[in-house]
Amino acid sequence: MRRSPRPSSIDDPTPHGRVRRVITFVGFFLALLLLWEGAKFVGGDPWRYFGATWRPPLDFSFATDLNLPHVWDVIGAMVRPVQRGTEESLGVFLFGASAYTLREAAIGFAAGGVLGIALAAAFVHSHLLERAFVPYVIASQTVPIVALAPMVVFAFGQDVASVVIIATYLTFFPVTIAMIRGLRSPDPRALELMRSYAASRWSIFWKLRLPASLPYLFTALKISATASIVGAIIGEGPGGIPDGLGRAIINFNQQYVSGPEKLWAAVVASALLGIVFFLLIRLGELLTLRGRRQMVVA
Amino acid sequence: MSDQPVAADLVVRASGVDKTFVGDGDAVTTALLGIDLDIARGEFVSLIGPSGCGKSTLLRVIGDLTPPSAGNVTVNGKPARQARRDHDYGIVFQAPVLFDWRTVEDNVRLPLELLGQGKREREARANEMLALVELRDFARHHPYQLSGGMQQRVAIARALALEPSLLLMDEPFGALDEMTRERMNSEVLQIWRKTGTTVIFVTHSIPEAVFLSTRVVVMSARPGRVTDIVEIDLPQPRDDETREEPRYFELITEVREALRAGERRT
Amino acid sequence: MTSAAPSLGVPRPAPVGPPRRIHIGRALVDYAPAAVAFVMIVAVWELAASALQSRPYVMPPPSAIVAALVDNWSSGRWPLFASALHTIFEALGGLVIGTAVGLVVAFAVSRWASARDAVLPVAVAANAIPIIAIAPIINNWFGVLEPQSKMMMAALLVFFPVMINVTRGLTDVAPASIELMRSYAASDIDILRKLRLPNALPFFLTALKLGTTLSLIGAIVGEYFGGSSEVIGRVVVQSASALRFDVTWAAILLAAAAGIVFYLAIAVIERAMIPWHPSVRGENSG
Repeated sequence: MRRSPRPSSIDDPTPHGRVRRVITFVGFFLALLLLWEGAKFVGGDPWRYFGATWRPPLDFSFATDLNLPHVWDVIGAMVRPVQRGTEESLGVFLFGASAYTLREAAIGFAAGGVLGIALAAAFVHSHLLERAFVPYVIASQTVPIVALAPMVVFAFGQDVASVVIIATYLTFFPVTIAMIRGLRSPDPRALELMRSYAASRWSIFWKLRLPASLPYLFTALKISATASIVGAIIGEGPGGIPDGLGRAIINFNQQYVSGPEKLWAAVVASALLGIVFFLLIRLGELLTLRGRRQMVVA
Repeated sequence: MSDQPVAADLVVRASGVDKTFVGDGDAVTTALLGIDLDIARGEFVSLIGPSGCGKSTLLRVIGDLTPPSAGNVTVNGKPARQARRDHDYGIVFQAPVLFDWRTVEDNVRLPLELLGQGKREREARANEMLALVELRDFARHHPYQLSGGMQQRVAIARALALEPSLLLMDEPFGALDEMTRERMNSEVLQIWRKTGTTVIFVTHSIPEAVFLSTRVVVMSARPGRVTDIVEIDLPQPRDDETREEPRYFELITEVREALRAGERRT
Repeated sequence: MTSAAPSLGVPRPAPVGPPRRIHIGRALVDYAPAAVAFVMIVAVWELAASALQSRPYVMPPPSAIVAALVDNWSSGRWPLFASALHTIFEALGGLVIGTAVGLVVAFAVSRWASARDAVLPVAVAANAIPIIAIAPIINNWFGVLEPQSKMMMAALLVFFPVMINVTRGLTDVAPASIELMRSYAASDIDILRKLRLPNALPFFLTALKLGTTLSLIGAIVGEYFGGSSEVIGRVVVQSASALRFDVTWAAILLAAAAGIVFYLAIAVIERAMIPWHPSVRGENSG
């Protein structure tokens, strides 16, 4: 009952499948907006537009204007200035903050990726190292990084470096675990073939193990992309970095009562940033693994 | 094929069976074309042919696992679908298809559970079947603890658990080494003699087909059709000595030539 | 496995009998490197922390952390035990809610192939969102001081892996197995009970393992954006800003211990429920 890798319908590469997927996404997005405004229509605060007033029949505490601002109010807040007396609109500010956070996350992502691959390579080649340290690699992930963040900042200073370290910490784990599996994924017969050429460990690594592990690597990188952004956002708080999304979320949270739309806008920006980074990695995956049989790595 | 047995003794009757697949860009593949085949009770019939000749497809059509595009199939005088619902046949695939989470005996009990048989009955029947394939000592093992040949024997025990009048086998020993395969062949013949079940056996091994069968159905590819039927008149019971008889080698040559002739014709 | 071999002499399997016996010598060899590594890490930390006087507080030696753990166990400004209990309660509540909702959605979605094809990519995309950014909003919705707000945060993090994994487990069934069931004219219910459910079990347990860690992270992230003071997240933030790093580390240690215990609990369940699975047999890592 060995399962052969099959293309999954999710990654249906045909144009028909792609169109359907886009329609699905748009559909879900519209449904979400409809649900949002629908809840406000049924149980939110009164709507006052064009001189008319609609009083919702029910009363949902989560659907008040404070807890769930109108979609158009969030969009409207984007074009207004961040705060009184400044020119910069919220949208432009959030774009800059997103770019800043993406830069931190990307550095942490790269560092974590390299660290993860290096650790996996070491573990695959040494059973002693593997048995000694893999339990702690796994245990490291049960340490809630958010609890560790303030310590990292105190240890390394209120600096971008701290944020990057936190992003690295969150990134390396999925890569390590996936690469241990990936580097071991070559068929034993392929390894024997390489040995029949008297290939060195080094060239077996570069010519067989690493190429074979790439699908596993990208599966992990897609998880790590999100994790690195989470790390950057979390790290910016105690890190005292004023320019990123994490700080924006904390600040707008403090100003929530006077302008809930700003926090919502920052959350939307974070979501978009996460999806953009994910799609970038996915694009890299498509380009790198072009021509390979699609496989599903569980 | 004029001297076929009367209809009452027929287990399988396929008449005018076509099967076409529509692939990418409306490319049509004709897997089976105009198959007529009658199989009598107690026969051991092998389907042999090059890959792509539709022998596995024919087996699946008989088992109602895929519908024919034209023609019709009856099993025990009933439409194939009804026969499947009545559990008239058991099937063994090339892979054992055992459920990893079940022990050997629980795998054999699966069809009995699905039929809603009582617990005691199931246990007795499963034990009997495991004894038949000589795996009683491994009843509590999980499939991963068994070798490939043993796993396939569990699959055979499972297929026989419902005492089907028909056993369908789709290249069941294709993944095994030659020695194991020969032992399994002898074992299948023993089971066949003991149970009296009718067997349809898909293979691409000529010696295997000759050793096992009472008749060998030779097929050709593109489109898949029956090009010849070779009667195997080796005496029963057959054993390892059968493999050394001159008649055995003659029949192997005969089947081989039939296969070649079929290839030339297309 | 000492009984007579089958007379037909098919090659015997690798000697893996069903009754697993624990070999003490074997266990020692397996765990020794990890134990040695642990002792080394603690020793190096202790020595380095005492030797490097430049930042004596940030990385207190393990002995100081243990002392802080004992001193603040149930008294003082940061009662660690009570804080840990509150946080674990929030995390477990979130784990239960997130798992339940994830299971319900997975079953609903896997029932219809078109629904699955529609929902799964959206769920995967949603998983790419840094969900923790929503924590302040969840806090506002469910009350910043209420444990419910942390539970919902934890539940949200747990939901996605459970839903995605269980959906895959219910639908990624070997086609040959489906064909076998069809050859027995098995009903959809039978196929669900005897094939899809057992097939999904390993996927579910994997998701639970992820979920235990995520539920703790969710709870602590929620606390981090505000909450009652006797919870791990607040203790960490407040003790760090009071420069009591020994307490901070003690709190982190407790949270990590909780995470490891959660994880091991699922691993034990896994061992008992799916002993046949490669992940338990250690084939995948070997």
